[in-house]
Amino acid sequence: MRIVVPIKQVPETSAVKMDPETGTMVRDGVEAIVNPLDLYAIEAALEIRDARDDGSEVIALTMGPPTARKAIGEAISMGVDSGVLVSDRALAGADTWSTSYVLAAAIRKIGEFDLIVCGERATDGDTGQVGPGIAAFLDLPIATYISRIDCSADGVCTLDRLVEEGCEHLEMELPAAVTVLKAIGSPRLPTLRGKQRSRKIDIPVWGAGDLDVESENLGLNGSPTRVVKIFRPQVTRECEKLPAGDCETIENAADRVVEFLTEAELI
Amino acid sequence: MSQDSKNTDHSGVWILAEQTDGRIGRISRELLTRGKALADKLQTDLTAMVFGCDIPQADLQDLIACGADRVIATEAPELATFLVEPYSACAARLIEQYRPEILLAGATSTGRTLMPYLAIKIHAGLTADCTVLDIEPETNNLLQTRPAIGGNILATIKTPVHRPQMATVRPHSTRPAEPQEGRSGQIVRLEAPPELLSSRVRRTGFTPSSDEMNIQDADAVVCAGRGVKRGENIAMISELADSLGAAVGATRDVIDRGWMTYPHQIGLSGTTITPKLYIGVGVSGSIQHIAGMGTSDHIIAINNDPDAQIFQIAELGLVGDLFEIVPVLIRKLKAATGETG
Repeated sequence: MRIVVPIKQVPETSAVKMDPETGTMVRDGVEAIVNPLDLYAIEAALEIRDARDDGSEVIALTMGPPTARKAIGEAISMGVDSGVLVSDRALAGADTWSTSYVLAAAIRKIGEFDLIVCGERATDGDTGQVGPGIAAFLDLPIATYISRIDCSADGVCTLDRLVEEGCEHLEMELPAAVTVLKAIGSPRLPTLRGKQRSRKIDIPVWGAGDLDVESENLGLNGSPTRVVKIFRPQVTRECEKLPAGDCETIENAADRVVEFLTEAELI
Repeated sequence: MSQDSKNTDHSGVWILAEQTDGRIGRISRELLTRGKALADKLQTDLTAMVFGCDIPQADLQDLIACGADRVIATEAPELATFLVEPYSACAARLIEQYRPEILLAGATSTGRTLMPYLAIKIHAGLTADCTVLDIEPETNNLLQTRPAIGGNILATIKTPVHRPQMATVRPHSTRPAEPQEGRSGQIVRLEAPPELLSSRVRRTGFTPSSDEMNIQDADAVVCAGRGVKRGENIAMISELADSLGAAVGATRDVIDRGWMTYPHQIGLSGTTITPKLYIGVGVSGSIQHIAGMGTSDHIIAINNDPDAQIFQIAELGLVGDLFEIVPVLIRKLKAATGETG
């Protein structure tokens, strides 16, 4: 099987702290990392490849600035076979429609494939729209929120999909796309051998000119949506702090909670 | 593949009403609340689009009572449960025919799959997981506001040209519409065109969740943080939740330690919740966690660190040892709600 894993570089938010004075994010020196939820997609793809043990290959794909090569390098150090970076100034400002359009074109250029495995969503944009978007452009079936994949058979896979009311069991014809949840399995760590490989391997960089795309669909101009404004939500509330360090204060604090819940009609 | 659908002769506000086993759910009523407000501002009609099989007339009538002026139900056995290809094909056909200017769906597993697939097929703009929707007075464009970068910022987004303007709306971010007596409207039942029903995905079975309450649908959630120290102590958190009729959630730390399973995870890499009441127990309040619960109506926190970040967004903060506080709280809550402990 050939499996393509589209990944995204995001800011490493766990290193970010809130400034208690201003209530704003301290972003100094924040690094770019592979979207944590994409690591599960890489893991799922590697598990399928390893289980089949028939020369199947996994290809990582990303779109971003030239520095996004690092994300592909990280995927390769985890065991992904090869990677492609799509990078072009003409793609800047793309929304999920235009991003899906370009990634779909890149996947067409990669050639024959059986499965596209995406993370559930990226932790920065948080839309979860690009996986289904790529599938729609390639006219593939897609199953989202997948917690289990079995690709041992040819031409079809069986899936578990977690939805609000429970777990759907699905059968999907290949080629197809999935977006996976954390439940798919813990991502493996990069290996030393993988890291060495990632430094040596040639990662092709494709620009818009290398892809079969219409320039009117690229970047900000090709994006149906526009960001009108960005503002900081008012997150700080006036906190009524209750000391609860000994029996008496604990009793009082618990009484206050009951009173609060009663006033708010929550009990 | 995609046709350009520019800003001409599109009118009316539409919502996707979801059904499970033929019954219309809460999210649809929330969307009616949203859709009605927008339709009133635009002085236009509100239509509920629903896909399914043998949906009871009373449920469709209920959509009218809750604010829809028209209900369009497309039915076939193949549409009984959500499958992206036939749902998308049937929705695209209706949109082409009726040309709505706005289409809203819930940011549910169905909405967040169907809408991005459909948006590509009809070349429309789509904004994910909106918490505020409004109309821009000068242009009548839909203003879609959503949290981004882990809820640290809010972004307002619009779709100036392409139609319909599509958005998914965060569940529990508004009140469900109440039925009103005497409202009337049109119910259109359509048989789905057979050529649109093929699907390369088949549903072969379904395992319902256990009785455990889903954290996203719960009105109240009690969340365990790393401060609970051991997996065994989750039982105490569950008991506190039971005394409130609340669901149990957890921070990423707790999930990563294997004390609870992933569906319980609240935060940036877990589930986003908007309950009426959130109680954080031993939760420090990382920005990733706050991204998943900061918009709860009421927030109470219990933590022994008076400087814990969670207190910055809590209304009530109990500063002390959770192992001493929680048992007392459980006892008082049971007394207050008339249960014997």
